[in-house]
Amino acid sequence: MVTRGFFSGRRPPSDTDERIPPGQYLEQGFPVLSAGPTPRVRSEDWSFTLKHGPKPVKKWNWAEFNALPQSKMTRDIHCVTAWTKFNTPWQGVLIDDIFADAGIEPPTAFTLALSFDGYSTNVPTADLVTGKAMVALLYEGKPITPDHGGPARLLVPHLYFWKSAKWVNGLQFTERDEPGFWELRGYHMYGDPWREQRYSSDP
Amino acid sequence: MNAGPQPQSPWQAATIARIEKRTPRVTSFWFRPSRPFTHLAGQHVDIRLTAPDGYQARRSYSIASAPEAGAGIELAIERLDDGEVSPFFHDVAEVGDEIELRGPLGGHFIWEASEGGPILLVGGGSGVVPLMAMVRHRTLQKSAAPVALVFSARVWDEVIFRDELIDLDDRRDGFEFVLTLTREQARRPADSSRRVDARMMVQAMERLPKAPRLAYVCGSNAFVSAAAEALIEAGVPAGLIRTERYGV
Repeated sequence: MVTRGFFSGRRPPSDTDERIPPGQYLEQGFPVLSAGPTPRVRSEDWSFTLKHGPKPVKKWNWAEFNALPQSKMTRDIHCVTAWTKFNTPWQGVLIDDIFADAGIEPPTAFTLALSFDGYSTNVPTADLVTGKAMVALLYEGKPITPDHGGPARLLVPHLYFWKSAKWVNGLQFTERDEPGFWELRGYHMYGDPWREQRYSSDP
Repeated sequence: MNAGPQPQSPWQAATIARIEKRTPRVTSFWFRPSRPFTHLAGQHVDIRLTAPDGYQARRSYSIASAPEAGAGIELAIERLDDGEVSPFFHDVAEVGDEIELRGPLGGHFIWEASEGGPILLVGGGSGVVPLMAMVRHRTLQKSAAPVALVFSARVWDEVIFRDELIDLDDRRDGFEFVLTLTREQARRPADSSRRVDARMMVQAMERLPKAPRLAYVCGSNAFVSAAAEALIEAGVPAGLIRTERYGV
């Protein structure tokens, strides 16, 4: 449906068109969104736990986690609130390297990411491995600020950005695809920006 | 091949039924959806504008009206000079125009009067909009739930819903309106002239019969960060604070 009188808009440069998913606009800043206050997690209080169901598989403190192999990733990111930001540079630990350090082959097809503030979000295990995702520790070469999820946030850049849990403190393998915080509140179970899977009623 | 019933598009046409300027930068638009729905106080809708060449722009807007207000919803839209959707509404949209809308959306930043109180609401600028839906919902439900609204605006003339909020405050029926102006002197004796801080939150909570069950904070990212920290400093547990940020 064409909207009467709407012509201008903020069209992205045509050479960037194919990088912007449907319904998204290009953002130069880095907006902050969250469901509650920003937790201040000190690195000495930080830890990361890999769990299979309720059972811990391995736990790392800040120093141990930072000693894992570090990788860099520069990716376009897409927020469900309709902004897309190009070329965000991250550094951290690939999920592959976390699993390798724990000496575990993923035992289930589903994973819940868990955060210090009680937030959670579900991601299929296949979307976390083979270099697709990391626990990011640095943004633009500097520690991630608390607003953006520091000291550490999940980065799953090919899904809407609510899947990239801020203040992440663990991953939990689950037997079934269990909805997380926003997925219980009307948002899509998978969240592919290229298929515009914003809300639970989207195909 | 039997295709079966086609799934209904989540988007629908809504007709602009009324337009009213609220403040120099905020105008309310009443939309009458072709498929009416009942929302919950605090929910939002997505709006989608489509240009003749197919280009689309979409934004989320909180609903200002109460669920029981009747057919149609009120969106109070602030003009953002560098925006692409809000200038369309302020400069182009007219009564009778059809706009595509999707909703209601959101399952976190909501309050139903049946859940009871006390509830503390904290809004900065147009962040008051979803809180206004909660306040109106309380009134129309004739709820006795104690609710305090701390509303931070720059100046008196930018206080959205000002007369309505002062009227509701004057009823003394358990709704408390705490206004603070950041760039002008307060005009009512109990109001403040500074940015939100922990002391202001303590004073607002003193106007409730007991500690709030939940706090809702909405506004710009900078406002929400400051207000949430003020609430925590005032003793509200972080787990009881729900936030909605515009992102910028």
